[in-house]
Amino acid sequence: MTTMTYAQAIREGLDEAMTADNEVFLIGEDIGEAGGVFGVTKGLWGKYEDRVFDTPISEEALVGAAAGAALLGGRPVAEIMFSDFSTLAMDMLVNQAAKTSYMTGGRLSCPITVRMVTGTAGATAAQHSQSLEAWFTHTPGLKCVAPSTPADAKALIKTAIEDPDPVLFFEHKMLYNLKGEVPGELDDLPLGKGKVVRSGSDVTIVSYLKTLHEAVKAAENLESDGISAEVFDPRSLVPFDREGLGASLERTGRLVIAHEAPTTNGFGAEIAAIASESFWGLLKGPLVRVCGRDTPVPYAPELEGFVLPDAQRITESVHQMMKQEVATKA
Amino acid sequence: MTQPKEKLDKGKLLELYRKMVLIRRFEEKASELRQAGFIPGFLHPYIGQEAVAVGTCAALEASDVITSTHRGHGHMLARGADPKRMYAELYARQDGYNRAKGGSLHMIDTELGFLGANGIVGGGIPLATGAALQLRRKGSKGVAVSFFGDGATNQGSFHESLNLASLWKLPVIFVCENNLYGEFTPQDKHQPIRDIARRADSYAMPGEIADGNNVLDMLRVTTEAAGRARSGGGPTLVEAKTYRHRGHYEGDMGRYRSAEEVEEWMAKDPILNLETELLQDSRIAQQELDHVRDDIEEQLDAAAGFAEASPHPHPEEALEDVFAGSNRAAPS
Ligand SMILES: Cc1ncc(C[n+]2csc(CCOP(=O)(O)OP(=O)(O)O)c2C)c(N)n1
Ligand SMILES: [Mg+2]
Repeated sequence: MTTMTYAQAIREGLDEAMTADNEVFLIGEDIGEAGGVFGVTKGLWGKYEDRVFDTPISEEALVGAAAGAALLGGRPVAEIMFSDFSTLAMDMLVNQAAKTSYMTGGRLSCPITVRMVTGTAGATAAQHSQSLEAWFTHTPGLKCVAPSTPADAKALIKTAIEDPDPVLFFEHKMLYNLKGEVPGELDDLPLGKGKVVRSGSDVTIVSYLKTLHEAVKAAENLESDGISAEVFDPRSLVPFDREGLGASLERTGRLVIAHEAPTTNGFGAEIAAIASESFWGLLKGPLVRVCGRDTPVPYAPELEGFVLPDAQRITESVHQMMKQEVATKA
Repeated sequence: MTQPKEKLDKGKLLELYRKMVLIRRFEEKASELRQAGFIPGFLHPYIGQEAVAVGTCAALEASDVITSTHRGHGHMLARGADPKRMYAELYARQDGYNRAKGGSLHMIDTELGFLGANGIVGGGIPLATGAALQLRRKGSKGVAVSFFGDGATNQGSFHESLNLASLWKLPVIFVCENNLYGEFTPQDKHQPIRDIARRADSYAMPGEIADGNNVLDMLRVTTEAAGRARSGGGPTLVEAKTYRHRGHYEGDMGRYRSAEEVEEWMAKDPILNLETELLQDSRIAQQELDHVRDDIEEQLDAAAGFAEASPHPHPEEALEDVFAGSNRAAPS
C-alpha cells in the first residue's frame, strides 16, 4: 500500500499504461513540460518525450487527432483541461468517435480515452466548473467513468485505456489533492462494477466524484442521528452496475441520489429510472435527488454553495424523506 | 511609425496615459487584494499590454462594441468601465457588474458596448462578427472589435470568423494581442508562423502589424482599420506585438520564460515608453504625470473600499437570471 493523491494515482496509471503499451500516448494542451494545469501529467514528458504531445489551443483538432490515430491502432489519452471546453470538440466526440463502431457495422473502433477535468474548483464560475457527464452518457457508443478515490482512479484509467471503445474519464478538480491508499499490485477493475463505500440498512445514497465524499460525511452525520445510511459509488456510469444498486436497495429500501451536475436530466434521473423500472418493489417510498440546482455555476462562493449539493443538504434530505414516510404511514 | 503626437492635443495624450496607468495599477492592486483573500476567483493580469487596449479603444466611438477574453480587465477599463463595480464583481458582491455571478472571466458592461470577457479561448471572435452583422443590419456606423491572444488564433472560431467577416465585408477589427505565449507554451511551439497578421491573407483582408507596446502606434493602426470598417471596406486583422509582464494567471511564476526575455520586454514597458515621449514634449511636465498617478491611487483606494462595503449576495439569488426577463430558475 502506498498513500498518494488522486492526481498522482492517475499519473501512475498513465505511466504504467505507457510502459505496458507503446501505442499509448498523451495529447492535450500544456500537458508536456508544464505537466498540465493541474499537474496530473507532471514528469511524463521527461520520461516519454515522444509520446506526450502538447497541442495548440485547438480542442477539435486534438480530440480529432486522438480519434484518427485510434482508428489506426493508437491508444491515445486526450486531456480536456476543463471539461467545459469539450464543447469545442463535440463533433469528434459525439459524431465521430462515439459512432465509429456502430456505423461501420463493427469493422472499425475508436479506442480513445478522454480525460475530462470536471466540477468546480471554487469560484471558477460558469465556463470552468461544469459537470457535463450526462451529455455523454446520453450518447450511445461512449463509456463514461467517474472515479472518486485514488485507488479507483488508478485502476480505472488503465481499464479505460485498454477498453476497445471511446471512454470519457471524468476527474473532479477538487479531488486532485485527496490522499488515499493505493495497493502496489492493483487488481484489474472492470467498468460497470460499483462499490459499497459504507454499509447501512436504512437508506442508500448513490453518488460519485466530489459529491460522493459529501455523501459519506452525510452518512456519518446521519449515524449520530440514528439513521444507518449506505453509500454506493457506481464508479462508472456507462456501463452502470444495476446489480450493485439492486443489492443495496434490497438492504435499505430507500434511495437518495446525489451529484454536482444539475438535477434536470442529470445522470441521477437515469439512476432513478433504473430504480423504478427494476427495483420498484424494493422501494419503501419515493426516491430523492440531491443534485446541483438547475442553474449555471455562479461565481460568488455563497451562490455556488447554494447551487451545489453538500453533506448538509444530503443529511437534511434524508431526514425529510424519513419524516415524510412516517407522516404518510400515520 | 507612430502617429505624430502634435496631432493629438495634450488632453488626449494625458488621457491615454491616465488609462494605461489606471489599468496597470488596477491589476497590481487586484493581485494584492487576491493575495489578501478578498478575491476568490482566477485573475489573468493585463500588465504589460495596456497600450493595446488603450490605443484601440481611443480609436472607437460610443456606437462601437467590444468582445474580450480571460485577460479582459484592461479592455474594459480602456473602454471606460467603473473600477468600483469591477472590484465589487471581483470581490463577488452585489454591486459588481455581474451581480457576483460572473467574476473576472465574465465581466460585462453593456452600456459601454462591452459585450464581455470570456472564459473560452476564441469564444469572443464569432460574437464580435455577429455583433458587426447586427450593427450593419441596423444601419449603424458602429464597428465591432474583438480582442484575443496569439493562442486563440489556433482555434477554429478564429478561422471561421475571419472568413465569414471578410466574405460579408463586416465592420470588424480583429485585434490579436501576440504576447508570445498561450498559457505556458511559447508561440514557436504552438504555431509555425511568427507574424499572425499573415493569416489575414488567406481571408483576403488587410493584416497589419502594430507595436503593441506603443499606444500611439496602436491608435494609428486601429484608427485606419476603424475608418475602413465604417466606410464598408470590411474587416482588418491587427496583430499587436506585445508581452505580459506577469505569469499567465496570478500564482503562475512564469518559469517557462527566460530572465533575459522578460528583461528585454520590461525595458519596452508601454507606460515608460509613453512617459518618456510625453516628457520630451515640453508641453507636459513630470508634475502633471504625478498628479495623474495620485488621482488614480485615490480612485482605486475608493474603488476597493466600495467593493468591500458592498453587500454579499443572498444565496437564493443563485436561482435568478437563468432565463431572461424572469427572475426564476427553470421550472422543475
Ligand atoms: C477553449 C479553451 N481552451 C483552453 C482554455 C484554457 N486557457 C485559458 S487562457 C489560455 C491561453 C490563451 O492564450 P492566448 O490566446 O495567447 O491569450 P493570453 O493568455 O496570452 O492573453 C488557455 C489555454 C480556455 N480557457 N478555453
Ligand atoms: Mg498569448
